[in-house]
Amino acid sequence: MRRLETAAAWLLAVLWLLPLLYAFWAAFHPAELATHFEPLAPLTLDNFRKAWTYAPFPRHFLNTVILVTMILAAQLVLCTLAGYAFARFEFRGRELAFALVLVQLMIMPDVLIVENYRTMSALGILDSIPAIGLPYMASAFGIFLLRQTFKTIPRELDEAARVEGASGLQVLWKVYVPLARPVYVAYGLVSVSYHWNNFLWPIIVTNTVGSRPLTVGLQVFSSTDQGIDWSIITAATLMTSAPLLIAFLLFQRQFVQSFMRAGIR
Amino acid sequence: MKHVYGWLLLTPAAILLIGFTHYPAAATLLDSFFSTGTAVRPSRFVGLENYAALAADPIFWQVLGNNFWFALGTIPTAIALAMVMALWVNDKLPARALVRMAYFTPTVLPMIAVANLWLYFYTPQIGLLDKVGALLFGAPSHNWLGDPDLVLPATMVMVVWKEAGFFMIFYLAALQSLPPELEEAAKIEGASRWYFFRRVTFPLLMPTTLFVLVNATINSFKLVDHLFILTKGGPDNASSLLLYYVYQVAFSFFDTAYASTLTVVLLVMLALLAIVQFLLIERRVHYR
Repeated sequence: MRRLETAAAWLLAVLWLLPLLYAFWAAFHPAELATHFEPLAPLTLDNFRKAWTYAPFPRHFLNTVILVTMILAAQLVLCTLAGYAFARFEFRGRELAFALVLVQLMIMPDVLIVENYRTMSALGILDSIPAIGLPYMASAFGIFLLRQTFKTIPRELDEAARVEGASGLQVLWKVYVPLARPVYVAYGLVSVSYHWNNFLWPIIVTNTVGSRPLTVGLQVFSSTDQGIDWSIITAATLMTSAPLLIAFLLFQRQFVQSFMRAGIR
Repeated sequence: MKHVYGWLLLTPAAILLIGFTHYPAAATLLDSFFSTGTAVRPSRFVGLENYAALAADPIFWQVLGNNFWFALGTIPTAIALAMVMALWVNDKLPARALVRMAYFTPTVLPMIAVANLWLYFYTPQIGLLDKVGALLFGAPSHNWLGDPDLVLPATMVMVVWKEAGFFMIFYLAALQSLPPELEEAAKIEGASRWYFFRRVTFPLLMPTTLFVLVNATINSFKLVDHLFILTKGGPDNASSLLLYYVYQVAFSFFDTAYASTLTVVLLVMLALLAIVQFLLIERRVHYR
C-alpha cells in the first residue's frame, strides 16, 4: 500500500513536470525535432538566439524589471506607512478606513479594467509602465499583513525608543521595520511573482514595445501568423519564465514559506 | 495631534486605493445606467436598459454558465489533489523535496507561458495528447480546442495543473501545525491510515479547506489569461469566461457602458463571496 502510494506520488510529480520537460526538449533542439523524440539528438541554442532577436525580448525584460521594482518599492513604502497607522495610532474613522481598505481584497484592480483604463486615459499616461503599476501600488493585502505583524511587536520596544527621543517615523524605521523583515521578504516574493506573471491589465493599458512587459511580449510573439515554430515559442516561453523559475529552484524553501505566509494576494 | 499623524501616514495609500478601487467600482455602477457615448450621440441616462440587454444577451448567459462549470470543474479537483499532494509530501516519502518542487513549480510560471506549453499538448495530430492517444490506444485525433464540447474541460485540466500545487502549500502549513501526538495515539489504538485521515486529519483540515475554497472561487473569476493564447474564448464562446467577455466588449467592441454592466455582475459575485468569507473568518476564530 505504501509502495503504491509512493509510486503514485512520483507518477504525479512526473506528470506535473511534463510540460516543463517538454519545453526544455523543444527549446534545445532544432525545429524538426520539436515534435519528434530522438533521445540522442544534438542540442542547440539556436532557438533562444532566434527568439531573442525576433521579438525585442531585451526591451521586454527591462520593462518587466522596471515594473516589478517600481510596484514593489511603492507597495513597501505605502503599506508600511498605512499598516503602521492602523496598528499603532488612534484616529477618528480608523475602523471605517480599515474596512474600506479591506474592500480591495475582494474587488481587485484586475476586474476594474474598464474604469481604470478610462482613468489612465484621463491622466494621459496610457501605454506607460507607471500606468501598469499604479492600480496595484496601494495593496490592501500588504497593509493588512503589515498591520497584523506590527501589532505583534511589543509596545515596550516602541516606548523605549520614544523615551530616547525617537520620532514616530524613526521608531517605525528603527524598531518596526527590522522586526518585520521576514514578512517583508515573504510579501516581496509574492508580489514580484504576481507582477512578473500578470498579463490582463498590462495588455489592456499598453500598446507599444516600449512599455510592454514580458508576458505581453510573449503573447504578441506567439500569436503572430508566421506559422507556429514550436521550438522558438518554447524558447521564448522559457526565457519569460526563467528568472522566477531559477529563483524558485535556488530559494525553494524561502518561496514555499513565503507563499504560505503571504500566498493569498 | 495623534489623529492628524495617523491620517497623514494613511494618506498616500488612501489616495491610490480610492482612485483605483473605490472610485472605479462606483463609476462602474454609475456607468451601467448610461448608454455608451459616441462622437455623434453623447452618453445619456438609460435607466435599466443595459440590464435588460444583459438579460436578453445569450452570450452573457453562456459565459456565466461557463464560469460556473469552470469553477465546479476546477476547484473541487484542485483542492482534492492539493490535499493528497500535501499528505504525500508531508509523509516520509523518498525524494520528498523533489516531489514537492514538482508539485509547486507550475505556481511560479506565468499563465501565458503555461498556456503556450499546453497549446502544444492540445494541437491535433502533432500534439502530445494525440500522439500518446494514438500510440497507446489507437485513438483518433481530436481537435481539443476546436470542439465546443471539449474546449472548456481542456482548459480546466490545465488550470487544475496550475493551481493544485499552490493550494497544496496551505494544506502543508496546516498539516505541520497538527500535533504529532494525534497520529501516535491513533497508531497505539491500531487505527488504519484511512480511518485516521477520515476521522481526524480531514476534519481538522476543514478550516483550511474553507479558506482555500473561497479563494479558489475568487480566483476562478480572475483567471482568463490562458484564453488569449489557447482559444480567444472560442469556438463560439464555448471557452469564454465573464472577465474575458468584459474585456472583449470593452476593448474589441468598444461598448463601455455594457462592459460596465457586465462588470457590475462580476462585482456582485465577488461581494457575495466576500460576505461568505467574512462569515467563515468569524467562524475560524473559534477553531483557534
